[in-house]
Amino acid sequence: MKLLVAVKRVVDYNVKVRVKSDKTGVETAGVKMSMNPFDEIAVEEAVRLKEKGVASEIVAVSIGVSQAQETIRTALAMGADRGVLVETDVAVEPLAVAKVLKALAEKEGAQIVVLGKQAIDDDMNATGQMLAALLGWPQGTFASKVEIADGTATVTREIDGGLETVALALPAVITADLRLNEPRYASLPNIMKARKKSIDMLKPEDLGVDVTPRLTTLSVSEPPVRKAGIKVPDVATLIEKLRNEAKVI
Amino acid sequence: MALDNESFEILLATIQRFIRERLVPAENHVEDHDEVPEEIVAEMKELGLFGLSIPEEYGGIGLSMSQEGRVAFELGRTALAFRSVFGTNVGIGSQGILMDGTEAQKHEILPRVASGELIMSFALTEPDAGSDAASLKTRAELDGDHYVLNGTKRYITNAPRAGAFTLMARTGGPGASGVSAFIVPADTPGLRLGKPDKKMGQRGTKTCDVILEDVRVPAANIIGGVPGQGFKTAMKVLDRGRLHISAVACGTAQRIIEESVNYARERKQFGKAIGEFQLIQAMLADSQAELLAGWSLVQDVTRRFDLKPVHESDPEVSMRASCAKLFCTEMVGRVADRGVQIHGGAGYINEYKVERFYRDVRLLRLYEGTTQIQQIIIGREMLRSA
Repeated sequence: MKLLVAVKRVVDYNVKVRVKSDKTGVETAGVKMSMNPFDEIAVEEAVRLKEKGVASEIVAVSIGVSQAQETIRTALAMGADRGVLVETDVAVEPLAVAKVLKALAEKEGAQIVVLGKQAIDDDMNATGQMLAALLGWPQGTFASKVEIADGTATVTREIDGGLETVALALPAVITADLRLNEPRYASLPNIMKARKKSIDMLKPEDLGVDVTPRLTTLSVSEPPVRKAGIKVPDVATLIEKLRNEAKVI
Repeated sequence: MALDNESFEILLATIQRFIRERLVPAENHVEDHDEVPEEIVAEMKELGLFGLSIPEEYGGIGLSMSQEGRVAFELGRTALAFRSVFGTNVGIGSQGILMDGTEAQKHEILPRVASGELIMSFALTEPDAGSDAASLKTRAELDGDHYVLNGTKRYITNAPRAGAFTLMARTGGPGASGVSAFIVPADTPGLRLGKPDKKMGQRGTKTCDVILEDVRVPAANIIGGVPGQGFKTAMKVLDRGRLHISAVACGTAQRIIEESVNYARERKQFGKAIGEFQLIQAMLADSQAELLAGWSLVQDVTRRFDLKPVHESDPEVSMRASCAKLFCTEMVGRVADRGVQIHGGAGYINEYKVERFYRDVRLLRLYEGTTQIQQIIIGREMLRSA
C-alpha cells in the first residue's frame, strides 16, 4: 500500500515571529525554517505504518519554493522512500494545495494521504478536509490513534470534550494531531542515506493545477500588547469595577 | 571532505533538537550523579554522534572542520560532560589514525569508532610530561615483532570508557623524534587504570591514570607503521582539537550569556529589572562583543584549515588555531565570571546554571595545550616567519 505524506516548510517553531514593517506578512528573510511540527507527526505515523508492514512505500510531498527540498529531505531521513516537490514561488493556499495533492494521490495510486492537522504559519486547518472532499474519500481528522486493517482505517479523533473513533473505508485522508506520536530524530547515518533517495521536481501546471491565490491579504499586524493589570484594595471595589467598568457582571 | 550543505543543515537541526530536548533537561542529573545516563549514551550512538569527523568511507559522517566547529558550538551550549562522551572519538582519540594511519589500521578501527562500538582515548600526558610533551618517559622496547610498554599516563579523558588508546611512547632516543604513536587495546594484559580523578568541574566526564606494566603491543600497531612519527601525529591531532575546543568555548559563552540575559530580565532590585541598569548592560555587552569576536575567529580559522590538504600541517594555520584556542577559552572564562557577577549571590548557588559553567569552563584554558603553550606557539611562529 502506497502512502502519500504532505510536508510544509514553515518558520521554525522556536523563532519569534516578527511582522514586516509594511504589514504585508511576516519576516522570513534569514529566519530559520523547518518542517511544520504536525507534518513531522504525520511522517512519523507513515514510517510506523511502514515498519508494521501496513505500508509498502512512503512518498513525501511538498508544494512551494525550491528550498522545500530540504524539508522533503528531512522526511526522507526519517524514513520516507522518495520525494516529490511541486515547485512554485506563489504563496499557495489550502485549496490549491488540496488540488495538487489530489492530482498526486491519483497519479501515485496512493491508498492513504497523511497530513498535519494544520500548519503553524497560517493555522488554516483546511487542506486535509478540502482534499478529502475533492477526492471523495472519507477523512479522519485530528487523529490521536490510527489502526489499519482489512481495508479499513480506524481513527481516534480528538474532538471538543473527548475522543471519537471513526472507521474509514480506504482510500482515506488522515490528519495528525499533537498526541498521535512523538516523532523520531533523523539519525545522522539516515541523513546520509537520504541523500541518495530521489526527489521528483514538478510544476503545478504539470499536474494541471492553477495555484493562483483566491485570497488577498489586506494587512498583517502584531497581536495587541497585553496591558498590565491593576490591584484593588478589597472585594467590594473589585465587584464595583467588574460591574461598572468592565461591565461583565 | 565535507557534507553537502543541505544535509548538513538537517544534521545540525537534529543535533540542536537533541540538545534542547534530551541533553539540557538532563544537565542536573549529570551534575548530581557524576555520570551521563546510559540511555543517553545509547541515543548518542544511535544518532551517529561518535562518527561526526570520520569520513563516510569508514562509516562516519565526514564533516569538514568548519562544519565540525558549528556542531561543537552547539555542543558547548549544554553541560560539557555530554560532549566528552564522544569527544575523544570525534577528536584526539581517532584523528591520529585517520591522519597518519595505514589503510589497514583505518579499515580495522575507524568504522567501530564511528558507530561508538569502540571508544578511543588519547594518552599523551604523563606525571612528568605535560606541556613539555616531547620529554615523555613511557618506554616502548622492541622485543621480536612486539613492543613492550612501561610507564604511566595521567588525566586521560575517557580512559574508563575506552576500548583502545592512541598512546604516545618512546621507541627511540630523547626528544620529539624518539616518540611513536601506538594503538593499544584497553584489554591488553599489563594495562590498568588508576582511581577516577576528582575534578573541579565537568562532572560526568571520566578521567584517570593509565598504568602500563610490560604491556606487549604488536609493532604493527604503530600508527602509520613507522616509528618516530608520533610527536608529529600528536601535534597535528592537537591543531584540530584546539579548533574544536575554541568552538565549544564559544557555544558555552553563548549559553552563559542567554542565562545571564534571562536572569537580568527577571531579577528585580531597586524597583526594576536589573537588566535596566547600565552597569549590568555593560557586562552583557562586553560578553557579547567578545563572543562574536571569538566566533568570527573560529569560523575564519576552520575555513583556512579546510583549505589545506588534510594530512599536512601548515604552521600559519597552526598559529591561527592557537590564537583561536587562546582567545576563545580565555574569553569564555571572562564571560563565565561576568555571568556569575550578573547573577549576584544566586550565581554562587548550585541551583543556577552559571555556577556550574563557571567551574566547567576553567578546564578549557588548560587542556589541548595551556594558554601559555598557545602563546609560545604563536610567538615562535611570528618570529620564525618574519
